[in-house]
Amino acid sequence: MSKNTYFKHEGPWSDANDPLMCSDTGDWRTKRPIVDKDKCIFCGFCQIYCPVQVMEMVGDSHFEADLGFCKGCGICAQECPKQAITMVSEGEFVS
Amino acid sequence: MRKEFAHDELMMPGHLACQGCGGTIIMKHALRAVGPDAVCVIPACCWTIISGNFPYSALNVPVLHTAFATSGAAASGVRAGLDMQGKHDTKVLAFAGDGGTFDIGIQSLSGAAERNEDIIYICYDNEAYMNTGVQRSSATPERAWTTTTPVTHPKSGAKKNMIQILAGHKVPYCATANIAFPDDLYRKVRNAAEIKGTCFIHVLSPCPSGWKIPSEKAIEVSRLATHSKVFPIYEVYHGEEYKITMEPDEIPVSDYLKSQGRFRHLKEEDMDFIQERVDYEWKILLQRSMMEPFHMNF
Repeated sequence: MSKNTYFKHEGPWSDANDPLMCSDTGDWRTKRPIVDKDKCIFCGFCQIYCPVQVMEMVGDSHFEADLGFCKGCGICAQECPKQAITMVSEGEFVS
Repeated sequence: MRKEFAHDELMMPGHLACQGCGGTIIMKHALRAVGPDAVCVIPACCWTIISGNFPYSALNVPVLHTAFATSGAAASGVRAGLDMQGKHDTKVLAFAGDGGTFDIGIQSLSGAAERNEDIIYICYDNEAYMNTGVQRSSATPERAWTTTTPVTHPKSGAKKNMIQILAGHKVPYCATANIAFPDDLYRKVRNAAEIKGTCFIHVLSPCPSGWKIPSEKAIEVSRLATHSKVFPIYEVYHGEEYKITMEPDEIPVSDYLKSQGRFRHLKEEDMDFIQERVDYEWKILLQRSMMEPFHMNF
């Protein structure tokens, strides 16, 4: 899972570099959103509706999910006006 | 606009909400509208869990976790403390579920509304006690399934109309909003942040596990709720001036009910009954929105 860099601004009592208590919620996922770069029109609906706030802009071309935290709910694929996002089962990525 | 949405987020990934949680989307847009200069007061509700285990927090604003009944009182206290320090511009955002607003927290909310404390109170309404395992609350809609109102004895009696109660307190601003229309939700929270006094916003929050819907349908179901007039979107200024901010498509209520597993036991006559009730409530709302508000001329 990716390095947790989101909790840097915590109070002085906590060590934000300690990986033990970081919630890498990406391992809850059973389906993974795959963005079709050609179909994406960069409207940002996936970003607006994402409950986990993981859709990130890649340059000025398309959005991509941060798989360290994405829970795979599928809202982005459902709400995408161009059907550019497909949910692919995690089993297909096991090597 | 896109750049504004993508950067400077106050709700961070890594929180512990279920897949497709509506409450997190509400928190995301609310914090974005209120801005970083805010204190969040959260009573016992789903968000107590969601914001994370102790040394870490998914919210980049100070959070005060309080007891179930005290969200209004605690927010008033935080407001008074900030005022004593001269921090009049810092917003206080109370963020409570439907149990902490409709049932357990109503007296502290009523007290805060009556004193007209300068707080923003957002109720995210998932229509049952979802955190403890789908028990009935007074926000549960009529004839819905929960674990304490099983299909043999579905909930009797209509849902409590919280906006009417708050409008009866004559607070400066109360509104309903829906996560399927995030621009409207953002505007309402922004509006509440600018108005001085108690502002109450009631937001429908779909709960995939409690409503028995697939997680990807959460936005779609809440969109159906507004378009079928089950959850109309409107705002009330000073308890008198009603404004309907979203014109619903006239789709039948059965479309909304059939999309959820908690209404699967309903028969045709139940749906007709609910349709009649919804039409009646909508008619009352239309008449209220057409009435001239009362102005004091002195």
